[in-house]
Amino acid sequence: MPALCLYFQVHQPCRLRHYTIFDVNHVHAYEDGGANLEILNKVADQCYLPANRIMLNLIRQHAGQFRIAFSISGILLDQLERHRPDVLESFQALVRTGSVELLCETYYHSLAFLFSLKEFKHQVMLHKKKIQSLFGQTPKTFCHTELIYNNDLAKVVEKMNFKTILAEGADRILAGRSCHALYRPAGCSKLKLLLRDYPFSDDIAFRYSDRKWPEYPLTAGKFAGWLHHTDAADTVINLFMDYETFGEHQSQETGIFDFLKAFPAEILKHPDFCFQTPSEVAATFEPSMSLDIPDFMSWADEDRDLTAWLGNGMQTDAIQTLYKMEPQVYRRNSPQLMDTWRMLQTSDHFYYMCTKWSADGDVHQYFNPYPSPYDAYINYMNILDDFSRQLHKKPSSDKGCNP
Amino acid sequence: MQILMFGWEFPPFVSGGLGTACFGMTRALTDLGHEIVFVLPRTDGDGKPSHVKLVSASGVAVPDRDLEEPSVFQGLSIRSVDSVLRPYLSKGRYRSLLSGSHGSRFLTITGDYGADLISEVVRYGRVAGVIARERPFDVIHAHDWMTVFAGIEARRISGRPLILHIHALEFDRSGENINQDIYDIERYGLEAADHVIAVSHYTKKTMIERYGIDPEKVTVVHNAVTRREAGGIYRVEKDPLQKVVLFLGRITFQKGPDYFIEAAAKVLQEMPEVTFIMAGAGDMMPRMVERVAELGIGSRFHFAGFLKGDDVERVFVLSDLYIMPSVSEPFGISPLEAMLYDVPVIISRQSGVSEVLQHALKVDFWDVHELAGKIMAVLKYPSLAAEMVERSREELKHIRWEHAAEKILSVYNTCLS
Repeated sequence: MPALCLYFQVHQPCRLRHYTIFDVNHVHAYEDGGANLEILNKVADQCYLPANRIMLNLIRQHAGQFRIAFSISGILLDQLERHRPDVLESFQALVRTGSVELLCETYYHSLAFLFSLKEFKHQVMLHKKKIQSLFGQTPKTFCHTELIYNNDLAKVVEKMNFKTILAEGADRILAGRSCHALYRPAGCSKLKLLLRDYPFSDDIAFRYSDRKWPEYPLTAGKFAGWLHHTDAADTVINLFMDYETFGEHQSQETGIFDFLKAFPAEILKHPDFCFQTPSEVAATFEPSMSLDIPDFMSWADEDRDLTAWLGNGMQTDAIQTLYKMEPQVYRRNSPQLMDTWRMLQTSDHFYYMCTKWSADGDVHQYFNPYPSPYDAYINYMNILDDFSRQLHKKPSSDKGCNP
Repeated sequence: MQILMFGWEFPPFVSGGLGTACFGMTRALTDLGHEIVFVLPRTDGDGKPSHVKLVSASGVAVPDRDLEEPSVFQGLSIRSVDSVLRPYLSKGRYRSLLSGSHGSRFLTITGDYGADLISEVVRYGRVAGVIARERPFDVIHAHDWMTVFAGIEARRISGRPLILHIHALEFDRSGENINQDIYDIERYGLEAADHVIAVSHYTKKTMIERYGIDPEKVTVVHNAVTRREAGGIYRVEKDPLQKVVLFLGRITFQKGPDYFIEAAAKVLQEMPEVTFIMAGAGDMMPRMVERVAELGIGSRFHFAGFLKGDDVERVFVLSDLYIMPSVSEPFGISPLEAMLYDVPVIISRQSGVSEVLQHALKVDFWDVHELAGKIMAVLKYPSLAAEMVERSREELKHIRWEHAAEKILSVYNTCLS
């Protein structure tokens, strides 16, 4: 019985305020509260709320046959708790249906795994606890920021007791194998690996409203037909994408919500097809074989590697400068400094510094607050400069920062 | 194709970017097999070899063989025109000036940008008719307002189409305090020309908004930059702690030298070891020297004067950062030249060149605070300068006169068909 597995990434960073060198030593608030709230409201009203409403109706309408998964970053959950409890409540309502699985990721949607294993584990545990406390669910499936993955990550994640992990179905690692099968990560004994079907996922996420695409316009019936005609021996088709696809990357005017409303019924017209969450897929199917992925990959850009965040000297300089501060951050033992340091780890900050000007360039512009990658770097480094000075101040000069 | 070009500058008779642009574009056109006669106000008879046939409009009737050029410059000729002094001009006066000099074949035109420029422009226009009668050509290509009369006169004589190429408008040069005569001549030329080429969308927008020109009539052709033929002649052992920030251009209102100085003062408060160089000359120079003294930054701020040839190369090589804070810059080739020397650049958003550069930092010219912040960032974060330089090398490969020449040719062809 072929399963369709839908996972939506839900995340918004804390964007940084315009911060010049002249602000160093004078201004210690780094977030652009106004812009963050404005974007949060926009995304909430154009995407999260309408999409959640549709999802809830679909789940009710199909009496549990329609099942989905979300990974909601901790840094977004914080913003929702503070500013948009109505949105948080709508996610909670979805989870209460029993048809929604919540995944675990790094709380700050960070790249910590690449620089500090200790910090990575902290952030994963923080996120797990947050999900438990807000939704009463204990995540069993792990997805790294932007689907970054390699063997080492899988081994760590298995040790942390996750049962399933998600990754990109990049051609170079599949080498002719199917992304519709389950795999066992090399070096793991229990963890199961699900791979994103990027052509089908991107049909919705990127091509849906592209008038130059020969398949335009894409209807739910047509798309379901394609899925129904994939190899019957295959087990699972993984459609993973940003939740902001609905109403934001693809605006309401494109008809994306109508597509979403019609999609489950079209899939379920085929009696053999069903929807399953990642954990359910892992419980149903056994891995076909072991998959060895020593090099990092991700779902970002055509390159599907780390170059969207670590592809130039500015990006590596910024992130290395940040992680070098780790010992000092721990020594200071200040929740406020720790929180700021972690907020600065969010991968988006480095994504904005990307200078690969290719077909992917426009994706980097989604909610990008900077006119150029150079401005992104300058702003970030100025803030790091101030933060570093804050870290090295005598603790006694802190007012109310110590625990 | 045979092209009759009218221009006020051509190397070595250059005062600014206009000559540099004319040189690059004509070379690309002649490389494609087209022939260009380039009429200058005057050539002083010591014109270096050129790919165009340089014709001096001053003292006309110079035999071509006296200006024979070696093969590098084959295809282009230059001439000069001599002129009489008249301070200002109205449309009616133009006709009387022109008719008054009727029959004279020996006008004197200095080609200087002075108070008598307009009368020079008129005399230059007069000679254009003489030159246009002398030889066959397919199109007339005139650069900026100084050549408007010449272009129109040549068209009257020959019936060939006139393309007016605008490198700068009166609003760029003078802000709101425009010279009405010059504005009138510009408008007259923009309306009369068969087609107009603008060096940027920025300039095209000014033509539409302030001269009421039909957008359909205007094609944007961005300038490019000519590669150094022998790069890296000057190897300067640089002290990495000695940072040099450069302004190079005319010291006039248009170029925003005052914003450079104000930003320098802010930078020096935080980074007192930085050196600032202002290279160039112009009417704002005395005031700028005074301002530097007033701010008390004279020991870190140097006026290098007007630089030519090797000195330009030397100052680029010495610099860690190039700033173009122009108030209004229709294009602005100099940042591209700085990039050829691996110097990162900060340019004002009020410039045409910012339309083609992605790997430069951009600021609004009036935002001195932001400019100072970015100057410090480039000097302070080596990864930033390194990335800008590396990406700029790539970017420069695509900013070529060959592309500009192809666009210019398609404008010619549209006018001819």
